[in-house]
This record gives sequence, structure tokens and C-alpha cells, in this order.
Amino acid sequence: MAIFIDESTRLLVQGITGRDGSFHARQMMEYGTAVVGGVTPGKGGQRFEGPSGHAVPIFDTVRDAVAETGANTSIIYVPPAFAADAIMEAADAGIPFIVAITEGVPVLDMTRVYPYVRERGARLLGPNCPGVLAPGKAKVGIMPGQIAMPGPVGVVSRSGTLTYEVVYQLTRAGIGQSTCVGIGGDPIIGTNFIDCLAAFEADPETRAIVMIGEIGGTDEQNAAEYVKRHVTKPVIGFIAGQTAPPGRRMGHAGAIISGSAGTAAEKIQAFQDAGIRVMERPSDVVGLIREVL
Amino acid sequence: MNIHEYQAKELLRAHGVPVPPGEVATTPEEAERIASTFGGPVVVKAQVHAGGRGKAGGVKLAKDAAEAREHATRILGMQIKGLVVEKVLVTPAEDIASEAYVGIVVDRATRSPVFMVSREGGIDIEEVAATNPGAIHRLPVDTRYGLLPFQAHWLATRLYDDPAQQRACARIMRQLYNTFIDSGASLAEINPLITTPAGEVKAIDAKINIDDNELFRHPEIEALRDTSAEPPSETAAREAGLTFIQLDGNIGAVVNGAGLAMATMDLIKFYGGEPANFLDIGGSSNPEKVVNALRIITSDPHVRVICFNIFGGITRCDDVANGIVEATRRIQIGVPLVIRLTGTNEEKAVQILAEAGFSATTSMDEVVQKAVELAGAAKGNV
Repeated sequence: MAIFIDESTRLLVQGITGRDGSFHARQMMEYGTAVVGGVTPGKGGQRFEGPSGHAVPIFDTVRDAVAETGANTSIIYVPPAFAADAIMEAADAGIPFIVAITEGVPVLDMTRVYPYVRERGARLLGPNCPGVLAPGKAKVGIMPGQIAMPGPVGVVSRSGTLTYEVVYQLTRAGIGQSTCVGIGGDPIIGTNFIDCLAAFEADPETRAIVMIGEIGGTDEQNAAEYVKRHVTKPVIGFIAGQTAPPGRRMGHAGAIISGSAGTAAEKIQAFQDAGIRVMERPSDVVGLIREVL
Repeated sequence: MNIHEYQAKELLRAHGVPVPPGEVATTPEEAERIASTFGGPVVVKAQVHAGGRGKAGGVKLAKDAAEAREHATRILGMQIKGLVVEKVLVTPAEDIASEAYVGIVVDRATRSPVFMVSREGGIDIEEVAATNPGAIHRLPVDTRYGLLPFQAHWLATRLYDDPAQQRACARIMRQLYNTFIDSGASLAEINPLITTPAGEVKAIDAKINIDDNELFRHPEIEALRDTSAEPPSETAAREAGLTFIQLDGNIGAVVNGAGLAMATMDLIKFYGGEPANFLDIGGSSNPEKVVNALRIITSDPHVRVICFNIFGGITRCDDVANGIVEATRRIQIGVPLVIRLTGTNEEKAVQILAEAGFSATTSMDEVVQKAVELAGAAKGNV
């Protein structure tokens, strides 16, 4: 098992003819993900050429695509100005799991999107996230598949490349992952740490959890509280941004210390108070995971 | 993006919020002239992107135009939290009967804009939150419906007992909300919202931060950007499509991805060094970005060594390697480069670098330790 995606994932790619969408659609197909179609308004009826001669249909609308292909997951690569509409279109068409890769979506757009998606019973991952990878099963996103291997560790993170760093360290040490989830670096995201912790706790394949947070907001503190009450599996944590100056947006829109709130120190304290072992360096993940597995 | 108080007030005024008049001066003479047109006492206020202007001596009451000139002489050119004051706002002094706080921020937990209002205005809201949290009233707004009339009324009744003032305040709540939405703000604050002895309700200080992701649909807001209020290196970085933040140390860093960039800074500190910057070259792997990154970092005279930490995913390591080689041809680097590359097209990258006389590692710990060592040695030589 894995969380959010697995071998039964039937994936639709919104923005499949764009630069990023087409590149990553092929990468996901190569990984073995069942990409069943794409959506690009105005290009309905055409076909998208994947690797090794495999082609999938392109549709004008998500509704048409779902009706034809039975897609149960959608991934969004459309530009920021159109991302909100694309997410809502997917939710309206009944897609239960929607991954938004797009970076730079206006935060106020997300204040309208989130309740819309939720009211339709769908789960949104992102935006501004690297997606989700279930090693050996499926990849829905942009994580480099070759750095991961199947195994017992669930990884959840607000970052992209920092996640790759940790996954790479684990894989090099021969420790595999059940699922790697990037929840995204924006202030308003569809799926937070707690959602992922709950899913990992319920997933029989996952035996330990790595949680990679960063400065800004209180999602890590809330997650620590949740771990204390509801998570029986061992959790180890990392917080990026210990040397970040207050009041500056550190690349991610959500990575900002506001006044005295959202510092790395308070998050690390919250982790420790909840019994979460804290990595000082990304490379500490291997030693700590070995201790708990 | 931050905008100045006077710009925030213009946005509020355009949405109907009662804001006293005011004009901006860049010289003491100008401040005097503006003060004399208002007549009577004025307030001279430093326009910088920093909190605590009052405590730093950047806000002064002047009884007449001559005194306004004196205050402006002192305030213009002063530094507040490292930022030089280049403009002052001159505005008539108001008689104040009460001071309240009104703010809207995007709240992560409720995933919506949240109003915060308090009868304790004129001081930092964080201070109120720490000392008297019960004095702050919060109200999330569903942006699909906007601020509803009953909500505006509820907020107003938290702040005022007089029905006329409640009506005036409810109107201001709607106007503030519209300003927030129309300008793509992530924060909009009126502090204080005052009442005068005559019973009027007015906004006499304001702060608005804009969500950078909204700027593409608000060119009129982008035009308010004051590049003199940021280090030139940050302006250059933004124009080159890089995310760059200047820090105080001597180890420059070039990293792909914000999380890894922060973790690299932290690791520099862990091994006893001091980062000179945060720099994220982003996901696209254009060699030109690397050239620009090196140009910006080498313009900082404190930098003793530059540390590359690249984890290739979308970013291709060979593109970064080409950028490094290209940069050494075009600009004088003058300090050692230490390089870590792993992931997509790593082998190609190592070969490109080797041909140009550079070596690279695949370990983040190793490259950072090396950088700290070189920075320390360089310091010892000075």
C-alpha cells in the first residue's frame, strides 16, 4: 500500500501540451504511472505522444476526459493565472485526488478554491508542490523517480529539492520509502502535515515517518500536537530555516517568520515536546531512522 | 511586496476610507512647504519598510512649519533597522479621543482572510496578542461571498458603543476589505483607527503588504515598488528571475529550491560558518541564471568562497555546470568555488567541470565543510 496513489491510479494531466506538462507526462509514463489522458482547451481530439510509441487522448474539458477515461486522479501544470480554475474544474468533474504543481498561484485564489474542492469531497495536494511518489508503484508529480526505492519510510515535506536530498540519503543507505509526499510551500495548501500523518498512520506498509518542515506558520506545531495524540509510529523531523532572518520571504511564499511567530526554534521545540526526534542535518536521517526501525 | 504608508493610504482613500490628507517630501524645504499649506501642527513620518518607526525616532509631531522642517532634517537620511529614510510623509496632526486596531491577514489555519480588531490600538498588535489576547476579536471571511453586512456590523460593535460610530466603522470595514481584495494584499492594517473628540472615525496609519503572486494582474500596484528601499543586489536578482536575500556572512551559496537553500544556510552555520546570502536559482535550468547568480554574489565584497549545492530534478546538473564555466569566462570571480552536484545529468556535469578545471562532490555535508574551511582560511589571511 501507499498513500493517495498506487497501481490503481488513473491519471489525467491538465496542461499536457505545455512545456512542463508534456515533459513530466512522459516522465510519469516512463515511471509506469497509468496516464490515461490529458486536457488542453482547444486541442481536444488530438493525441499526446508518450514514450515508446504510447499515445493518449487529449480532451477539451476535464468532464469529457473523466467520462471517456475513468480518470481518478488529476495533475495540474497550467500557468498560475489559470490554476485556480483548473483545480475547480477537476473537482467539479468528480476527480477525488487533485495535485497542483503550479508555482505562483495567488493566495486569494486559493481561499476560494479550497472550500470549493472540499465541498465536492475531493483532496487537493499543493499548489506549489512536487507531488507524490509511491516508489515502484506510481509517480504523480515531478520528483526524480530514480532516487527513491520501495520500503517502510513515509516522507512528507513542504519542500521539493530538500525532500529529494533526504530521500536520496535514505535510498543510498538502503532504506526505502512507502510514499514521498510534497505538500507545497504556499501559505494555503490543500493537504497539510496532519492529513499525511493520519494517512501514514493508517498505511500498513509505513513503519516510520519523516516530516520535513520549514519556517513560517504553525502547521508543524499543529502536526507535533497531532503526533503526540494520534500517531503510534516513530516520527523524525527536520526544520529548514534556522538561520533565516525574520520578515523575509525565503523563496516559498509561506516561508516567512512574521514578527516572532513561525521560527525554526519554536517548531523544533514543538517536535521535541511531542517526542519527535529532530535531525540537525539532512544526513542525520539515516542514523535516526535506523534507530527507530 | 511591501509598500509605504503613504501608498497604502492612497489605496485606502481610493476605496473611500476616511484618511487625513498628506504629502510626501524628500527634502526639509519640501516638508516645510507642505506643512505650511496645511497650517497648524503636523506629523512628520519616516517612510521606510520597517516597523517600530516611532520608537526609532522616525515619527515626530511639529507645532508649525518651521519645526516640521527641523524634524524632516533629522529624519531624512536616518537609518531605521538598517534602512535609510529617503522620504517623509507630512500630515496634519489629529486630535485623538480613542485608538483602535483593525487588520486583515491571510490565515493559514482557516485558509481565508481573517479580520482582527481590538480596542487597544496604536500599539503593536503582537504586543496585545501577548499581553491581552482576549482584547483581539477575530473573524474569518469566506472570499466567495465577501464581507457580509452583518459581519461588518459585528466587527464594528466590537470596537464602538456609539451607533453612529458603529455605522461609520462598518463602512470602513467593507472599504478595507475591498482594498485588501482589489490590491491582492496578504496583509492590510489600520493602526490606529481613531475617533476624534467630534466623533469622527478616521485611519491615521496604515500598512499593506501585497502577495507577490498577485502582481501579474495588478500592474498599478507593481508600479508602487520602491527599489531604493531594498539592497541593489536584491533588485538585480529579482530582475534576473532569482530569489535572493542578502545576509551578513562570508559564504556565498547557490542552490536550487527554497527548502534546500535554507537547509544549506543552516548547514553552513552548523559547521561554524556564516552564510552571505539565500539564493534559489529555481527549477528551470538556464545557464544564464547561474551567470547572473555569480555576478550578484561576487558583487558582495564580504564573500570569501561560493558554495554550489544542486540537486538535479527538473534542474539539469549539466546546465548548471555550463553556467559555472560560462561565468568564469565572463566575470572575474576572484574567490574559490566549491561545488556539489547530484541528480539529473550528473555525469555530464562532472565532465564539463573537470574539463574547465573544477572538481565536484556529491555530498552536501562535504561541500559545506569545505566552504567553511576555505572561508576560515581566507579570514585568517586578512
